[in-house]
Amino acid sequence: MARVLMKGCEAIAEAAVRAGCRFFAGYPITPQNEIPEYLSRRLPEVGGIFVQGESEIASINMVYGAGQTGTRSLTSSSSTGVSLYSEGVSFCASARIPIVYVNVARGGPGIGAIQPSQQDYLQAAKASGNGGFQMLVFAPSTVQEAADMTYRAFDCADRDRNPVLILADGVIGTIMEPVELPPMKSEEEVAANKKSKRSWACVGHKLGREHRSWIEPGSFDTTNLQQRNEEAAKMYETWTPEWEAYQVDDAEVVLTGYGISARIAKAVVDELRLEGKKAGLIRPITVNPFPYEAYEHIDYSCCKGILDVEMAIPALMIHDVKAGVKERASIDTCLCSGGNIMRKKAVMDAAGKILER
Amino acid sequence: METNLLAAGFGGQGVMTLGKFLASAACDAAEKHVTFFPSYGAEQRGGTANCYVVISDKEVGAPIGDEMDDLIAMNQPSLDRFLDRLKPGGTLYLNSSIVGEDIARKDIQIVKAPVTDLALKLGSAKVLNIIMLGVYIGCSGVLDPQVVWSTIEHKFASKPKLLPLNRKAFEEGLEIGRKNRT
Repeated sequence: MARVLMKGCEAIAEAAVRAGCRFFAGYPITPQNEIPEYLSRRLPEVGGIFVQGESEIASINMVYGAGQTGTRSLTSSSSTGVSLYSEGVSFCASARIPIVYVNVARGGPGIGAIQPSQQDYLQAAKASGNGGFQMLVFAPSTVQEAADMTYRAFDCADRDRNPVLILADGVIGTIMEPVELPPMKSEEEVAANKKSKRSWACVGHKLGREHRSWIEPGSFDTTNLQQRNEEAAKMYETWTPEWEAYQVDDAEVVLTGYGISARIAKAVVDELRLEGKKAGLIRPITVNPFPYEAYEHIDYSCCKGILDVEMAIPALMIHDVKAGVKERASIDTCLCSGGNIMRKKAVMDAAGKILER
Repeated sequence: METNLLAAGFGGQGVMTLGKFLASAACDAAEKHVTFFPSYGAEQRGGTANCYVVISDKEVGAPIGDEMDDLIAMNQPSLDRFLDRLKPGGTLYLNSSIVGEDIARKDIQIVKAPVTDLALKLGSAKVLNIIMLGVYIGCSGVLDPQVVWSTIEHKFASKPKLLPLNRKAFEEGLEIGRKNRT
């Protein structure tokens, strides 16, 4: 497959179409507008449906509805817009409706800033709505990963009958990079996928109460609801956290971060290694489930400290890092916020300080 | 080897197109890694539009470098805003048609190209970005000019009548660039 130069948002959109996504509803917000823009043109080409909803709340509920029919469905927004998805995503999780959604994160809290940021970590990884449901949350650090993860997310969502979130950021969404796109699923494959959901999907069933599809985002029967939550919890336990460990084995300083921050931190690790300094990187690829185990691979007898690199103030992922490190090393931070993009030099300086210990 | 370029100018001077063409050409040169990052801010007409292009032999780390190897300044506000970001020993590509003053920094190479005047002489003010792209390719040697030209040809596939003018513009730029190559 030849590589093409694509914007992160467009690569996400094209990967979704190739994965068999045939419904999108969303409401405009920077910096993710290229996803709906692209799909407004692309989805009709493959017989899909694109809707610009009148709001985020309308859009997530349309996706909830489309997902109920077994159609692979997508929505995307950014930070303050994603907050408005909370109820709908929670309903999908409760009703066990597979959907995929993308947060191309920007500055926050509130309306924040239109520039890139990573302020939504806790919302994304821990509680994207009420009710304590969990989701697989993928955090791409390149355009290639953004495309691959989106493609895969639809399979995960169908397998688990659960929402999946792609937690990107304004840099990943707006940079252009060479990307090798995943293969296009044929119309037969798309149809077969939809058909495979027939047992539960609302697609028209024989008359009579016993044949009906029941899409229930809750239950007033307490025994039933507990049972459903237990089943969901069992499903969450099947997930395997994913991470990238880079030059960690002999590292005297271990940088850790996800998405764009991790990518910048990796460049810093390379620079420090060129100077003969022992630096490494742990990059969570899934931020839920969080790869606590990754921090077991650090040699704490030679590690002088951990550097948590995030485009968020206060540090948010640090709580998970602490749980992984278990007080075996001190944890420093290198942070920026407000739409400012992490500077390599700031990370270099912060890592340098730890190495001087 | 990694080259960090920041290209900046007035909205309408085609700096985003310059950056995108360069990034596309780097993508077409199979062995290169590249990122193109457009700066989206509350930019207004008359303000500066800018983009970052990183071309590398290995995976690109930071798509936005702290210090630039090369700076293309198409107008005065861009020069004022970004000159400090150019690292010592870096190269400044200046649109000398409209940015005239002496540059205080003595630790950088300066390539002056009157691209606005040259574009007008060629018959269209619009091609100033293609001339500057030629200057950059000719001087920096970051990509094979032939690869860059094929990319431009490909981009203009639907408007073939624009090709001769752009070809002239690109070659004129290349020549200026090559003369300045150290």
